[in-house]
Amino acid sequence: MRSWRPDLTEKDVTPKETYLRRREILQMGAAGATTLLVPSLAKAGEPQGQQLTVARKIEKAGGEGLTSWDSVTGYNNFYELASDKESPARSAGSLKVRPWTVSVEGEVKQPQKIDIETLLRWFPLEERIYRMRCVEAWSMVIPWTGFPLADLVKRLEPTSRARFIAFETLFDPEQLPGQKRPLLSWPYIEGLRIDEATHPLAFLSVGLYGRVLPGQNGAPLRLVVPWKYGFKGIKSIVRITFQETQPKTAWAASQPSEYGFYANVNPEVDHPRWSQARERRIGEFLRRKTLPFNGYADEVVSLYSGMDLRKNF
Amino acid sequence: MFARNKIRIIKAATFLLACVPLAKMAVDALTGNLGANPIEMVLNRLGFWTLTFLALSLIPTPVHDWLHVAWPIKVRRMLGLFAFAYATLHMLWYAGVDQLFDLHLLAEDATKRKFMAVGFIAWLFLVPLAVTSTDGWVRRLGYLRWKRLHRLAYVVAVLGTIHFFWREKADTSRPFLFAAVFGLLFLVRAVTYFRSQTS
Repeated sequence: MRSWRPDLTEKDVTPKETYLRRREILQMGAAGATTLLVPSLAKAGEPQGQQLTVARKIEKAGGEGLTSWDSVTGYNNFYELASDKESPARSAGSLKVRPWTVSVEGEVKQPQKIDIETLLRWFPLEERIYRMRCVEAWSMVIPWTGFPLADLVKRLEPTSRARFIAFETLFDPEQLPGQKRPLLSWPYIEGLRIDEATHPLAFLSVGLYGRVLPGQNGAPLRLVVPWKYGFKGIKSIVRITFQETQPKTAWAASQPSEYGFYANVNPEVDHPRWSQARERRIGEFLRRKTLPFNGYADEVVSLYSGMDLRKNF
Repeated sequence: MFARNKIRIIKAATFLLACVPLAKMAVDALTGNLGANPIEMVLNRLGFWTLTFLALSLIPTPVHDWLHVAWPIKVRRMLGLFAFAYATLHMLWYAGVDQLFDLHLLAEDATKRKFMAVGFIAWLFLVPLAVTSTDGWVRRLGYLRWKRLHRLAYVVAVLGTIHFFWREKADTSRPFLFAAVFGLLFLVRAVTYFRSQTS
């Protein structure tokens, strides 16, 4: 007689995350269960990459569950790598993040070129869990690692003439092959008013989930402005310019009727081609209501007092 | 007898091949290969295959006219019906799965957003073509009138391509590709037409 051999292997075990959500999955019915189950069944990806030392953690997403590492690093708008959302993760290897210098220019006490390693030593790293709302009406909850933009601005000592900060992405079509096609006017430019930049929520990220930022997420240095649409979060920054005039930001320049300089998350002002009233949180089936300023209204609304947010969208 | 069997095989093969994109979506859904936003991915794929089958359905006629190969005509109707099927799934997926049949939102889409309106009108134009695709309807309408009605497919191709163009944020290379393919298919027809006029 043959001895009994189990036909189930380790692979067949229901992932813990799915097991713990079994009631929720059953309640959602077949369609909901598929979208919930499928990503977790297929690739329960653990965060990868070099670990960063985090001095403190600040949760600013109302305790909502984090979007999975796979989704945060596998669903990216980074046109400099590719214009679809799945390819950047595969092609990010062409971006060389060391050596890397950030050039500080314009209305500052001392214009300078800062090596990224130096910049990383200037400030203790902290984790910030923020909601991220894309202008395309999807959203995530992301644990960023980095430091407040305000700390950098303070250290660089802008002059009294500095009213705006412009950020610029690396321009190198060899490393960022998407720049060979004129989809936007390269290099990508983003910007903030100086009072927005020094708001405690404005953040410069060098990591995700406590790991070094992957290329497709904008390594080695990217902006995170959680009350604004995701396209304000410029990636792979090489230049920071303090200036008197409002920068000509990439998307606003390309489609002025669709994307504004401020780009504050606003459920009341629709994109011409879709509603901004609701959003799909990645990993969820049902859309949820979009919150004014992405839920950070209490903290940031005073920045815009007296401004017509329909005009300054 | 042999020819009949051959056509049967060609039709069966076309049917199976035309189901492959749908089957692939099902497999990808079950294996978790629809990415972080599966609803959007399926919607986009259904739209892509609608335009692809529309283009494929416009190929048999010029192939017959120019190369005198007749068998593709035998699958033309099926290709057109697959375009309609993918278009219908595309629309139902958006209305039902993406927007959960929220009629207020759908009405807003159709009235406030031209790219949605154009897509919806394109689908509406496909309905009479699908309904009159049977032999019975060809007889009832008479071949010439039926043929004239089915030129609506060109309008659908144009509207569908515009729908795709207007949807893209910056990279219009794929809608442009469809515009080029449809443009070529129209051009070939125009040449056939003028040649028949002059000869």
